[in-house]
Amino acid sequence: MSTLELLVFLPLLAAIAVGVGAPARFTALGASVLVLLFAVYCAINFNASQEGGMQFASSRALLEMPGFPKLSLAFGLDGISLVLVLLSGLVLVAAVFLAPEESEIRGSSRLYYLSLLLIGGGAIGAFAATDLFFLYAFHELALIPTFLMIGIFGHGEGRVRTAWTITIFLGVGSLVLLVGLILAVGALGGTTFDVASLTALAKGSPIGESTQGWIFLLLFLGFGILVSLFPFHSWAAPAYAEAPAPVAMLHAGVLKKFGLYGLIRIAMPLAPAGADKWLNLVLVLLLGNILYIGLVTIAQKRLDRMLGYSSVMHMGYAFLGIAAGNVIGVSGAVLLMFAHGLSIALLFGLAGWMRDRFGFLDIDKFGGIAKPLPRLGLLFGFAAFASIGLPGFANFAAEVEIFFGAFSGEESSMSWIRWATIGALWGVVISAVYMLRAYRSIFMGPKPDKLVAPADLSWAARLSFLLLLVALLAVGFAPELLNQFIRPAVNGLFTAMAG
Amino acid sequence: MPVYYLEFLVVALGLVLLMVDAFAKLEDKRSLARLGALGLAVVFCLLFVVKGPEAAEGGIWRFYAAPDKLSLFFKGLALLSTILVLIMAIDYTPIVMAQTANPEAGAHHQSGLGEFFALPLFACAGLMWMSSANHLVSIFVSLETVSITFYILVAYLRRNVGSLEAGVKYLILGALSTGFLVYGFAWLFGVTGSMELTSITEMLAKDSVNPTAALFAFALILIALAFKLGAAPFHLWIPDVYQGAPTPVTAFLSVGSKAAATMVTLRLVSPFLASAPLVGKITAILVVVAILTLLVGNFAALPQRNFKRLLAYSSIGHSGFLLMALAAAPRASVENSLSSSTVIAFYLGAYLLMTLLAFLVLSSLRSAISGEEIDSYRGLAKRSPLHAAALLVAMASLAGIPLTVGFFGKFFAFKMAIDAGQWGLLGAALVAAAAGFYYYLKIAVSMYFSDPAEGDNTVIRLNPLTGIAMVVLMILILVAGIAPGVVVGLFS
Repeated sequence: MSTLELLVFLPLLAAIAVGVGAPARFTALGASVLVLLFAVYCAINFNASQEGGMQFASSRALLEMPGFPKLSLAFGLDGISLVLVLLSGLVLVAAVFLAPEESEIRGSSRLYYLSLLLIGGGAIGAFAATDLFFLYAFHELALIPTFLMIGIFGHGEGRVRTAWTITIFLGVGSLVLLVGLILAVGALGGTTFDVASLTALAKGSPIGESTQGWIFLLLFLGFGILVSLFPFHSWAAPAYAEAPAPVAMLHAGVLKKFGLYGLIRIAMPLAPAGADKWLNLVLVLLLGNILYIGLVTIAQKRLDRMLGYSSVMHMGYAFLGIAAGNVIGVSGAVLLMFAHGLSIALLFGLAGWMRDRFGFLDIDKFGGIAKPLPRLGLLFGFAAFASIGLPGFANFAAEVEIFFGAFSGEESSMSWIRWATIGALWGVVISAVYMLRAYRSIFMGPKPDKLVAPADLSWAARLSFLLLLVALLAVGFAPELLNQFIRPAVNGLFTAMAG
Repeated sequence: MPVYYLEFLVVALGLVLLMVDAFAKLEDKRSLARLGALGLAVVFCLLFVVKGPEAAEGGIWRFYAAPDKLSLFFKGLALLSTILVLIMAIDYTPIVMAQTANPEAGAHHQSGLGEFFALPLFACAGLMWMSSANHLVSIFVSLETVSITFYILVAYLRRNVGSLEAGVKYLILGALSTGFLVYGFAWLFGVTGSMELTSITEMLAKDSVNPTAALFAFALILIALAFKLGAAPFHLWIPDVYQGAPTPVTAFLSVGSKAAATMVTLRLVSPFLASAPLVGKITAILVVVAILTLLVGNFAALPQRNFKRLLAYSSIGHSGFLLMALAAAPRASVENSLSSSTVIAFYLGAYLLMTLLAFLVLSSLRSAISGEEIDSYRGLAKRSPLHAAALLVAMASLAGIPLTVGFFGKFFAFKMAIDAGQWGLLGAALVAAAAGFYYYLKIAVSMYFSDPAEGDNTVIRLNPLTGIAMVVLMILILVAGIAPGVVVGLFS
């Protein structure tokens, strides 16, 4: 078994062990820390200068049948997937660490930790797979655990309804995606599921223009639904608000990035002409994400809902980076996936901690709690600044790259994407409005008399928040830490791509 | 050892069980079922050593196709499902005893039980023969062997009105469909002048074939097969019969009878699909039937509250996917494409694993859970995590979630429809699959999201044999869902 296979199967094996009867929290923590260590090991031994091609690659043939593409259990990392696997490791450790002790879980604690491991393992598998089928299937692995987690362990009366909503949205999105993928594989000869070979085929003998249009549209909508693309976003905010905090962290922070990853890895290289054809639709929808959802976010009265909508909104920037279709824009999108994943996980973790201690998250019931809870105030402040995209945080570096990428070009005339970029810039202002307003009314000002402040963050909780924050700051001050992996990979992708 | 020895062995085993039941003074007749399952397991192992004849000539071989891997695969499916049905029947014994008890003084307390364990073996022999049948007569005889056994089994609970009602419905409609089948065979013989499938195929492919008569024969045969398959619009008997029949029999009906019907459909429709003058119209008819079946089965399942009824509609829905694979059969001119028989064989194998797993859980819970309503499974995850996990895996696979074997079944069928450019069919299948998502997960909701009903906390007993069967099926579903080559290698 190669290192990477071990990394992918570790959470799944741990989940089986938990299901069979191993001590739940201990096993889950051990497995997630090991996953993070393996991911860091891969990053250290990664040859950053190699453009294109997979490292740590392994492949086992599973099915060879006439009339059906060759199926193999294949994994490999390039710079893009390496960054996402690192992100998954970081968030998985933080989420498992923050999950309640076994005795505090009402219901089966085994099911709780098993589901967390499956969600994390599914995401890692999807990012590391180089076979189209497993890339898709690993993402689906997280579907049922998410459903169970929200329905059983979620907050609020409407949790069963919310669990249904997210499952049906994601299920239908996956079906649309599946049709697009089958069409794409079929149009490329239907002989292999290997993503690299498919990309090469798409360059050598491109799919017909009109077929590409259909394929791209299906893939864009399928992946888009998974990333809460406007107007298919309505599952996201309630789901994240009502899910247990660790699930919200994993889903919003890691799993949702799968859709963006798919657009970069599959939709763009296989159907570049289709991407050109639908560019204006993409621009309109991403402005919907940034501006319309931005305004919706401002109107939210509860912290968890606000964070849910803000995560929907920020996906618009990632779409913009991908729509730019050049190395700098796409690299920015990848970096934003990492940065946003960490910052939203941090925010959901803190909000979950607050819900457990205060019992509510209505913004106007709080006030002045930074004084009794200075550590919470400080951490939340950092997380909020990161989410707005202030310099010093990874989010800033990523957003700057995206805006530069989207506005680039020699000519001085205004193309549609430049107009869209100007519109998207207003999103930064909108984020500042809702984040700072929420921060002011929760942490600053006079404290309501009725509000009883609990003890500040414990060491254990601080540790997992600090892990996320340090990573955010480190990449924020030295984006090159990750850009050294991302840039060659994106370069390689564009070389391998048609056109 | 010639292949047909296997069928003889299974029939002999059934007769031995009947004799033992009649003459040996058994205290606990459940040992009959264990003996039967053991015997079938031996026959299953023999599948791997049998050989075909050196030269097929005359005698019984006129009615028997040379044993290709596909027919051996189907024989294996029949044996496996019968073994699992016998295991279910062991769990279900108390209910059968309660509904068939003989009030006469001095009667054996399990007097009505022996045949319940012996009859599935005869059905199994019929199923196995059918997989090799290549002659209209042998197709008909083997199909009827299976059907007549089922008429008895469905109505087995003689003190239960539901079971009797199901039996009568099944008997009347089954007899009617047999009539259609024979009439269709007569027309087919008239058109082609032969009863052997190989020469029927040759005759139908000629341009001189009378299309009107051939289509009439096809229509009659299709009506009969649609009855057996549960394809719309001839599916109306399925929910009532499935709900009324004893659970192990329902399982056998939904797997064994469906496998048989699909196999016969494949055999009988292939000659028509291979015929250049007819193929266009035949495909159009099949597409319409497949679309109707997909939509009716999956939409009617949405509001169901009874678990067995839900599984009945789901079985109709799966017939739709099987018909889809048939309707999207590649024209002979297309190189290197999936063949209907491969996809159907795989789908049936997958369907067997997941459906039998669901029914195993159902019949094993029957003594602990009073009703068959979905609501009576509330809080099952808290009462018995293994049962709940097994049912969850079965439902995920039936819904076609990736990394379960059910996904590949649907995937292959979708791929065929896309290759054949049947967009309407594909659209219907997508809608159907999305609906399936909802109603299969509804079971998970009831098991996992709610607490057990008040006072409903009897301990759930698990028969070790059933437990082992459940775990094995779960593992098979997941392994074949990751490496479908394991199953495909068995028949190609």
